Amino acid sequence: MPLVKQGRITTDPFVHAVDGAELPDDGAILVPAARFLEDPEAVLKRAGKVGVIWPNNRDLDDLVPYLDRLAAVALVFPSFRDGRAYSQARLLRERHGYDGEMRATGQVLRDQFVFMSRAGFDAFEVKKDADADAFAATVKRYSVFYQPTGDGRVTAFNRRMQLRHSESAGQ
Amino acid sequence: MYAYDELDRTLINERVSEFRDQVKRRLAGELTEDEFKMLRLQNGVYLQLHAYMFRVAIPYGTLSSKQLRALARVARRYDRGYGHFTTRQNIQFNWIKLAELPDALADLAEVGIHAMQTSGNNMRNVTSDQWAGVAPGEVEDPRIWSEILRQHTTLHPEFSFLPRKFKIAITASEHDRAAIKVHDIGLRLHRNADGETGFEVLVGGGLGRTPFIAKTIKPFVPGRDILSYVEAILRVYNQYGRRDNIYKARIKILVHELGIEKFAREVDEEWRQMDGGGLTLDHSVIEEVRSRFSYPAYEKLPHMPDELKQAAHDPLFERWRKNSVAPHKVQGYSIVTLSLKPVGGPPGDATADQMDAVADLADRYSFGEIRVGHEQNLALPHVAKRDLPQLWKALDRIGLATPNVNLVTDIIACPGLDYCSLANARSIPIAQELTRRFANHDTAEMIGRLHINISGCINACGHHHVGHIGILGVEKNGEEFYQITIGGRADENAQMGALIGPAVPYAEVADVIEDIVEAYLALRDRPEELFVDTVKRLGVEPFKERVYATR
Repeated sequence: MPLVKQGRITTDPFVHAVDGAELPDDGAILVPAARFLEDPEAVLKRAGKVGVIWPNNRDLDDLVPYLDRLAAVALVFPSFRDGRAYSQARLLRERHGYDGEMRATGQVLRDQFVFMSRAGFDAFEVKKDADADAFAATVKRYSVFYQPTGDGRVTAFNRRMQLRHSESAGQ
Repeated sequence: MYAYDELDRTLINERVSEFRDQVKRRLAGELTEDEFKMLRLQNGVYLQLHAYMFRVAIPYGTLSSKQLRALARVARRYDRGYGHFTTRQNIQFNWIKLAELPDALADLAEVGIHAMQTSGNNMRNVTSDQWAGVAPGEVEDPRIWSEILRQHTTLHPEFSFLPRKFKIAITASEHDRAAIKVHDIGLRLHRNADGETGFEVLVGGGLGRTPFIAKTIKPFVPGRDILSYVEAILRVYNQYGRRDNIYKARIKILVHELGIEKFAREVDEEWRQMDGGGLTLDHSVIEEVRSRFSYPAYEKLPHMPDELKQAAHDPLFERWRKNSVAPHKVQGYSIVTLSLKPVGGPPGDATADQMDAVADLADRYSFGEIRVGHEQNLALPHVAKRDLPQLWKALDRIGLATPNVNLVTDIIACPGLDYCSLANARSIPIAQELTRRFANHDTAEMIGRLHINISGCINACGHHHVGHIGILGVEKNGEEFYQITIGGRADENAQMGALIGPAVPYAEVADVIEDIVEAYLALRDRPEELFVDTVKRLGVEPFKERVYATR
């Protein structure tokens, strides 16, 4: 499953922790939420970056205290019909100020790239190779955005207001 | 009319090109039908019994003549020469070919029409009063707010994959023509004691298999905060709405299970933490949207022009005028409803030729503007009274002057088993038979206001729960049966109808409705007492007796 980061297909530096197995002593790992919460301090004090895989039906409150020590949060789309992780992503970015890697996992298709980027995702475990290849083109598909989100894209309302101001300034 | 600017147009074109790519990928086998299903639904494309159905949005029910002609062209070029207006200010085409859909969308995009989010589990077309901006006594034009919400809900990055579909309706009149109490969010525009404009926000209404009347979650939200408040409701719903059972996934179930007080607390807590979320609407932004709506340059005209006085001698004209013409906020003008319910016709259908003709009449008599209402009729919103006689003749020639607006034959019906893959029973033939039974206009007038709503299955697209008489198609041992309810209504006093007894077979439905109507005529205490008020006064029992005594 290709990983897309910064708009390009890259090798995944994170190793997924396997349930039940010992965590490796070093290297970047992605740990399931339940495993992480058993003993967060133990996981965090190992050498190597830590990311947590957070399910979409679990409240973020349990994760928030650790955000500034995490290198990645992986949110889950069990099916692309299930949009709970979009809310989680926006809350993590916009309310809790999380600025590390935010990864979309599960059923991730090219048709969600724009929504996901807008919600704050910056890494994508893409299900199909062809979709990963199409990332750069797909994510530029839209140039107009009606809603303000944490991604900072200027909304249509704001562009219109700017236009009005520049028009009246030119008079 | 709202005039799209370059940004609105760009977004629609970008959407068309995205959909073109999705269709191409589907036809090439790169997308499975399951993957494609979600994507096509986001663009209003259903797979029905015989073909793909294509649902196009008519935001808040406002169309220009140019747009209506484009719809006529789509009907002619890609379909079989007609379209079906729905109860949510959409139009449906029933015979579209998948490979041609992107072209149909591109044609519509040229006139600023789209099919975004007319199906799927997202925020659907925002609907409003079809008389918005012209009804006397309105707080203000609700379309300003409808448009703000239309933009905000379009391709929303957080709420495009909700537990289930989500419908918002707005009214600004005391008399609710937008059925806001049967919507996921209903917004009633009003002014508070300080003269500030804002909304009573209702939540959790809906029909379908578990019908609920919406409850007030907040009596007053200032206009500038409406986007953030709606966003807070949606965020709570997106996270906590049920996803384990499609029949329990609507927000009405969440509101019901939590109770409105607890749900309101959750929303308030979220709203407080959002603290505007960049969504607070500056006065200048609201005014910018308002400035994009243009209003006709009305003339100063007499209340009672000579043309109208003369035409009043023609009883056929008078019958139509009294039935289909409503007061306008500007003296000398009227709002004219065009009945899409001819005797023997499928409710809500219009041919491409009719659409073109209406567009021409709108240019001539209504400043190029047409409205679509949830009762599946059209309206010309700005007709000078002096033009009414000529307009009537022209409408009559194209079959759109049936004087049955709000009468027993002005039936709301879903497409039913004739088209729909979800239906258990036919709706259209029942409606057609009823229009023949009550074809006599004198009888229909004597009966007075009476709304019959027909759904071909429990999903309630024909709003049967809120019909004065509701007819619901069910299947029993492979045969079509119909449950009859009475006393429902969809207005500001919305309530669900009550079942009168066991379901009746297809062949008996029209007889039963006739019995109910006869019972009403015998029971009403004076001719002005409407059917629905008689039911309210007497309850279901006397009607039940009448219907089942001989069956």
